Amino acid sequence: MPEATIGKQHTAVKWISIVMITALAVIPFGLYLAGNAFWLDIFTRLVILAIAACGLNLILGLGGLVSFGHAAYIGLGAYAVGIPVYHSTYGGMDAIASYNGFVHLGLAMAVCALFALVTGIISLRTRGVNFIMITMAFGQMMFYAIVSLETYGGDDGLTIDLRSEFPLITLDNPVTLYIVCYLSLLALVFLLHRISHSRFGLILQGAKFNEERMGAIGVNCYRYQLTAFVLSGLICGYAGFLLGNFTTFISPEMMDWTRSGEIMFMVILGGAAALWGPVIGAVIFIVLEFVLSEITIYWHLYFGLLLIFSVLFMRGGVSGALSRWFNSSRSSGTQRQA
Amino acid sequence: MSHPILEVQQLNKSFGGVIATDNVDMRVTQGEIHALIGPNGAGKTTLISQLSGLLTPDSGEIIFQGKTITGLPAYEFCRAGLARSFQITSVFQEMSLLDNVAMAVQARSGHSFKFWKNAKKEKLLREPALQYLEQVGLAERCNWLASEVSHGERRQLEIAMALATEPQMLLLDEPMAGMGREESAQLISTLNGLKKDKTLLLVEHDMDAVFALADTITVLVYGRVVASGEPDSIRNNEQVRQAYLGEDDN
Ligand SMILES: Nc1ncnc2c1ncn2[C@@H]1O[C@H](COP(=O)(O)OP(=O)(O)OP(=O)(O)O)[C@@H](O)[C@H]1O
Ligand SMILES: [Mg+2]
Repeated sequence: MPEATIGKQHTAVKWISIVMITALAVIPFGLYLAGNAFWLDIFTRLVILAIAACGLNLILGLGGLVSFGHAAYIGLGAYAVGIPVYHSTYGGMDAIASYNGFVHLGLAMAVCALFALVTGIISLRTRGVNFIMITMAFGQMMFYAIVSLETYGGDDGLTIDLRSEFPLITLDNPVTLYIVCYLSLLALVFLLHRISHSRFGLILQGAKFNEERMGAIGVNCYRYQLTAFVLSGLICGYAGFLLGNFTTFISPEMMDWTRSGEIMFMVILGGAAALWGPVIGAVIFIVLEFVLSEITIYWHLYFGLLLIFSVLFMRGGVSGALSRWFNSSRSSGTQRQA
Repeated sequence: MSHPILEVQQLNKSFGGVIATDNVDMRVTQGEIHALIGPNGAGKTTLISQLSGLLTPDSGEIIFQGKTITGLPAYEFCRAGLARSFQITSVFQEMSLLDNVAMAVQARSGHSFKFWKNAKKEKLLREPALQYLEQVGLAERCNWLASEVSHGERRQLEIAMALATEPQMLLLDEPMAGMGREESAQLISTLNGLKKDKTLLLVEHDMDAVFALADTITVLVYGRVVASGEPDSIRNNEQVRQAYLGEDDN
């Protein structure tokens, strides 16, 4: 029977993949062509959030390490666009002043990798609640660091006058920007799919299930967890780079701990460790934000309640529930065999 | 012949007021099956945990194949060639038996900074893993989840995982606990088969198994070694009979 279960999980993942890939391509463009340009914006934000959630899922879902500071990387990625653009417009800091997208992207990756490496080295010496608290503390530290930078608007934020420039593509075109985000998400999901089945991914999952056992078979888990932590930060930094180019207005508020909470909400509600879980979570988040904020200003409260509900009653979040439903509807008829 | 593969010198470990390891000296000879016996709470698991790097002793030295390894992290003990099984079964419950053992094979086959290739399809990992499962008699169950097999089978899985790290020496903490007669008998023959190329340190309550297998027996009472020697000398040791065998003989 175990083999049968695994087989069915594969089919479930395949179907969810087909649905997600098609829906994220067809719906926004359909609406856009029908004259609702506004929807393209919603979908762009959704896809960027999904990228960030996938990034967090690498460490949270595969690695079982609940990092609460991932909004910091989104902020860093966004400021890696904003600050060079600011200086090319108003002068100063010649070393990084640039409109060139590759400079922005390179800067975002370098800064995020460094920040993840330094904070990861320290945070990963702890586990459980301590790990949550310390990653959150580092995130808040970065938040206040950005707030204190008066040159870049401090609390008030910074307007990005010009988007990152790349040869051949212009991110000013909302359709192009959406395509870039969409393709990035697909590439990322595929990459994570490969990682989760790779030797590296297996070690991460092994450490999540039973770290003591991993030590006893001779694995130094720390190195792998640190690598995953850095990769995860890089992905969120990339999401921040896209978000900066999308909103063209950035502020420290986007790296507040409540933002980290929202990404975590997406991962857990959608289903940590499931390939499409974080993406489904991002969809639910956007829909709820949209619907609930119409009805009540206390919509964050309902988020919290929903999260508690899903943690208590829905193992594996929505994707867990989906694949269980998928399995049971297909396995009625096939019986358990030894 | 007869040089020690493992030497323990003046080992001490206490938890608060409880002295779990009290000045333990021990020598395990290359190629032997060395049994470690003693009543409940004597400190056998604590000793094994120190010998596998899971606990750090308060003082004393652990010398394995001429190298002092005291204080190193657990994964270094394993890499040095010392593998253990756990008294309280410690496997990956949500993975198949084959995946469990393949993980251990992977652990010893170089670094795992490989991000792309599907490791569950790597013959290099799967084939040896299957062989280790076969060695403990679990090959037909290879696709079952560890949580689905019997307790005894999980204990055998533990041993397969330890074997997969290709150790020179195995530390087995009550491998037969909770096993049926048949399973125990099978395990005894498996362990006898290992004797050719592995040194074994075996913690076991089942005296029949101990006397059937062991070349040397060390008796631990209240963390202290009260006797150590060949099975016959232990059987006839008055102190041991009083402290341990007398109460537990059956
Ligand atoms: N982590 C711990 N913290 C505190 N005390 C401990 C700890 N581990 C073991 N002990 C104590 O140390 C002593 C030795 O325990 P240990 O588990 O090593 O005995 P054992 O010989 O393996 O017993 P058993 O035959 O029941 O498995 C006991 O008194 C136990 O209560
Ligand atoms: Mg014990």
